[in-house]
Amino acid sequence: MKKILLMGNPNVGKSAIFTRLTGVKVIASNYPGTTVEFTRGYMKLGEEKTEIIDVPGTYTLEPTCKAEEVAVEMLKEGDIAVNVLDSTNLERNLGLTLQLLRTGIPMVAVLNFWDETKHKGIDIDIKKLEGILGVPVVTTNAVTGEGIKNLVDKLSEAREGNYKYEDEKKWEEIGKLVARVQFLHHRHHRFREFLADACINPITGIPIVIGIFYISFMALRFIGEGIITSLTEPLFEKIWGPLMLRLSGFLGMKGFIHDVLIGHLINGKIDFMQSFGLLTTGLYVEFAAILPYIFAFYLILGILEDIGYLPRIGVLLDRVMHVVGLHGMGFIPMLLGFGCKVPGVLACRTMETKKEKFIAATLMCMTIPCASQTAMIAVLLGRHGPKGLFIVFGTLAFIWITAGALMSKFVPGECPEMFSEMPPYRVPYISAILKKLWMRILNFFQEAFPFVLLGILAVNLLYSLKILEMIGSAAGNFMTKVFGLPAQAIGAVLVGFLRKDVAVGMLIPLNLSLKQLIIACVLLTITFPCAATFSILLKELGIKDMAKSTLIMIATAFIIGIALNLML
Amino acid sequence: MDLTQLKAGEKAVFKGVAGGWGIKNKLEAMGITPEAVITKISAQLMHGPVIIKAGETELAIGFGMAKRIIVEKIKE
Repeated sequence: MKKILLMGNPNVGKSAIFTRLTGVKVIASNYPGTTVEFTRGYMKLGEEKTEIIDVPGTYTLEPTCKAEEVAVEMLKEGDIAVNVLDSTNLERNLGLTLQLLRTGIPMVAVLNFWDETKHKGIDIDIKKLEGILGVPVVTTNAVTGEGIKNLVDKLSEAREGNYKYEDEKKWEEIGKLVARVQFLHHRHHRFREFLADACINPITGIPIVIGIFYISFMALRFIGEGIITSLTEPLFEKIWGPLMLRLSGFLGMKGFIHDVLIGHLINGKIDFMQSFGLLTTGLYVEFAAILPYIFAFYLILGILEDIGYLPRIGVLLDRVMHVVGLHGMGFIPMLLGFGCKVPGVLACRTMETKKEKFIAATLMCMTIPCASQTAMIAVLLGRHGPKGLFIVFGTLAFIWITAGALMSKFVPGECPEMFSEMPPYRVPYISAILKKLWMRILNFFQEAFPFVLLGILAVNLLYSLKILEMIGSAAGNFMTKVFGLPAQAIGAVLVGFLRKDVAVGMLIPLNLSLKQLIIACVLLTITFPCAATFSILLKELGIKDMAKSTLIMIATAFIIGIALNLML
Repeated sequence: MDLTQLKAGEKAVFKGVAGGWGIKNKLEAMGITPEAVITKISAQLMHGPVIIKAGETELAIGFGMAKRIIVEKIKE
């Protein structure tokens, strides 16, 4: 099968073009032997099925980071390169174009964001540019779909370029080239640029970022809770519940198979949070409690990403992130961690040094509760008013800063500085956002679903086989003395290794006091990451650093647990 | 002078980097080579990143890194 590579600088709308070209079936995967993620999909070129690869964005073919190294490697396997350029920033984008031309790969150049050139007073002579580069040049506006058909037609005309230049004089040459094809008119300062400046000016930027976080959080709750109360909850209570109750009757309301599938009946009824059957609690936790929040989280994240706002948050948070030994962009794994720690750890992979990776991964796993866990904590503590929630999240923030500052001081290695493009604000392309959302949810299910069921099964068996009671009586005394928690809570801590949300759910039948709930929620967050995260963390950090990271988490759990028990 | 000493809104000519091939290569990849003209857009409070504009590209550069970027102010 032929391979078409979509190549270009970061933030040039490559993904939107990718979405336009490919069908429904797209796959995100890691480049073999690396941790750099890329997406591929398929399209019909004439009668031939062709693979399209969305190569990680790169500024140059002389790599300055991992993602760029992968881009260079992928180039060797491609049959055609589609070089996507931001037409409002022709000069910088041509740097990569010239390097690509020199590799001799058949090529088509795409000037994306073409409509914006008109607003910005930029005139580019396409015919002349085509003549100079020696490859077809097409203009597109991926958000509206303009020019995509033309691009598909031109793919068959892809050819090797004939542009020669000396390395030393590359940018000088590009300067001359641009002067020949591009003409600028006078233009006004546009609203979007004004807004872009306001977002990085500390006086206006900080209120804006707080506002955006607030709105995002409210939207998250509105969408998440909306889906739960109007869709998933009624579905489970009205349709799935009675169905399961019938199955329960059919199975004779007890017995091993009944207990595994349906779980334990509470007052003759199924309680989706407490029965712990695979078909009851297992499906409920996954689809009714977690999925709505995962959906809402990734939707909002996708919009913020595609508008181009995230790097601005990085600039504003740079100072704070330096306290914990990271730079501004280190907030991205943290933010992703609030969704699910698995992609959070994946995001740590792009960091430059070992020290940064270690600190970011450890802090994220230790102090950031994922969306499903947050949802469960909110359910559990919300009944007692906002006070408990404040204490839990306040404690986690305190640990984040203190543990981070300590690690920054004592973990050997370097903390590089921020170096990041601030992309212009762009109107997001909804289909691209939805496609990304779909891939992320799918990914989440692949990583989490088996572990949720495994977690539920483990709890179920621990109960049925009375193992919990045994461990409880052995370690219970200790739990009570040190953390002020009842013996049964040890079960939740153990299950926490499989699934945090399930573990938090296990606290419900224990009838804990507010103080005990707070301690249990904090402990569950900091002790271990769940098994899915754990396996990826192990792959990422290696066994030695993983052991260190785990030790830090356990030690912190002890210190904080004891402190909370004494102070509250 | 270095990039941190430049005031917001001022233009300067990029002269070079004091130490560190990494920064030089990263700037080069963005088309910022010696003699390129840059404008400082803003700086953050308490030694936060410096934002510059070169051509149509806006860049955020950490304070420590910005201190090593040597520029010459253009007088208007």
